[in-house]
Amino acid sequence: MSLIHLKDIEKTYHAGAPLHVLKGISLDIERGEFVSIMGASGSGKSTLLNILGILDTYDSGEYVLNGTPIRHLSENRAADYRNRMIGFIFQSFNLIPFKNAVENVALPLYYQGVSRRRRNALAMEQLERLGLKEWAHHLPSELSGGQKQRVAIARAIITQPDIILADEPTGALDSQTSVEVMNLLGQLNEAGMTIVVVTHESGVAYRTHKIVHIKDGLIGHIEANPNPGASPFGEGGLMK
Amino acid sequence: MTDMLQEIWANLRHNKLRTALTGFSVTVGIFLLIVLLGSGNGLIHAFEHNSGQMAMDVVRVWPGITSEPYDGLEKGRTVRLDNRDLRLAANAFPGRVVRATGEVSQSGVSVSAGKEHLTGELKGVFADYGAMNKVQMELGRFVNDRDLGERRKVMVVGRKSAEQLFGRAERALGRYLTADSAAYRIVGIYSDKGMMGGFQAYVPFTTLQLVYRKGNTVEGLLLRTRAIDTEATDSVFQADLRRAMARLHRFAPSDRSALWVYNSTTGAKESAEAMGILRTALWVVGLLTLLSGVVGISNIMLITVRERTHEFGIRKALGARSWSILRSVLMESVLITGLFGYVGLVLGVAATEYMGVVAGREIIMVADMEMPVFLNPTVDLGVALRALAVLIGAGLLAGFFPARKAVRVKPVEALRAS
Repeated sequence: MSLIHLKDIEKTYHAGAPLHVLKGISLDIERGEFVSIMGASGSGKSTLLNILGILDTYDSGEYVLNGTPIRHLSENRAADYRNRMIGFIFQSFNLIPFKNAVENVALPLYYQGVSRRRRNALAMEQLERLGLKEWAHHLPSELSGGQKQRVAIARAIITQPDIILADEPTGALDSQTSVEVMNLLGQLNEAGMTIVVVTHESGVAYRTHKIVHIKDGLIGHIEANPNPGASPFGEGGLMK
Repeated sequence: MTDMLQEIWANLRHNKLRTALTGFSVTVGIFLLIVLLGSGNGLIHAFEHNSGQMAMDVVRVWPGITSEPYDGLEKGRTVRLDNRDLRLAANAFPGRVVRATGEVSQSGVSVSAGKEHLTGELKGVFADYGAMNKVQMELGRFVNDRDLGERRKVMVVGRKSAEQLFGRAERALGRYLTADSAAYRIVGIYSDKGMMGGFQAYVPFTTLQLVYRKGNTVEGLLLRTRAIDTEATDSVFQADLRRAMARLHRFAPSDRSALWVYNSTTGAKESAEAMGILRTALWVVGLLTLLSGVVGISNIMLITVRERTHEFGIRKALGARSWSILRSVLMESVLITGLFGYVGLVLGVAATEYMGVVAGREIIMVADMEMPVFLNPTVDLGVALRALAVLIGAGLLAGFFPARKAVRVKPVEALRAS
């Protein structure tokens, strides 16, 4: 059984004129994979990621996450799934502005009922691993873009989720920092974590092992990338 | 729980200005409500106190000054009552006036007992005076009919005066004191608790008329009446009384200022009605004050929830259940209203206490009666707490609906909110 199983997923937005965004997506992602979903803006890739993260609903089709059909999940169970099984990384970081780095990282554990002392200790550990120990008590507004994204990654992995969903994780970063972030994701994948990255940048996509090309709400083709280090933009690659 | 409170504390600290503004509106709302109700109560208590000073079924009559020329006499003449008025009142209104009494007084009287001296007022009264004016006897007896008949030199003094003159009130009873070189035996001690002013004592009406050479002068009539307890019967009686007395003293029956008449029964009804209106008005204004506080909180909660929608989206993505977000918003609202409402409550109570000290016994003299115009301006704590509860409830409701709407939107939409 795949970790993620999608069959004929369709989604139409009804704000104003109906917009048929996903027209029947079928996709399986296995545990331990490092996958990118790549497409132009408006192709439906972000919508697909939001459905994968149970942040959004779909109209028809079948989504089974780790053996559980998602369609009729109650709101509370959906929240618990997001909390325990999924870690999110966003383009705009989505850190809570009035919480410092360690509090932001610890937040998912708050919703698991972990004590303040314990979750702050765990958050501190993660920040240390990502080289942010000195910045633990700074607010997001005092951090650089790369530091913010590393805090967000620490937050995404603190619950040791089954899967990490990253929506344009390098979109707001310069090329040097983008490389660092992608390297970090690569390391996490090597440590066994399943990672799905949505991007419109081929430089980012070619750092993953499998590239799902999506166009006009349909999967065009799936490309294996056996040599993810070698991006078409050169060795060690500047991706932009 | 402490964890949630810490979360809320962090939110409140993050939004210092908003917290302060919300808190301020709550504090001011509760403060105004308490001060308003407190001052209203001050007025009401004073009225109740005043109307409670006189027994029911008593009509008081004071002479005034004529305001129109009549029967060849110029206006501006002072009307003087005398013993004829007592007889007139006693005989001319059978079935309505049960008993007619009067009073005279002498001020500037020097009183002494041994080495102690006081200056004050003597009142010459009838035996019924005590009952009609609710004089509370503590020791001995009040002036009686035999005192009046025999023009005895007996006196009923207040406890404070008795203590000043004799050390202890009990020791004064049966002793003699001198008032303007005449000796009086003290036959009773009345309670002058809460009364202000100097020495005031009661002596028989006839004695005072004689000793101070008042002749037949009566300064005011006190009539014990029956069945004059509606506006209709009162106006008929007043018209009859004015007509009869106008004939005796030669003033126009229509001249309202020549004679002042106060009926304790209808007067009490009127002031009760006035107090009812005041009470209603106070409540209306108070509730409107509260309503403006409620609108203030609702506004702030709406803004708060809108501002935080994106944050709610992040929290939901990280696994927050809707209820946990909703709960923290509501707790925040309750904490702010509760805390700042309590501050308003304390300030309001302090302000009413201050008013009580400064203006708590603002007294005007009406004829010979002390009338407080402001008394004991306090608020029932239950009312204050209920007002606070209303505000907290309003804060809850005001927060609940927008917050529920905000947490119900799909996380992806909340995340898109800016």
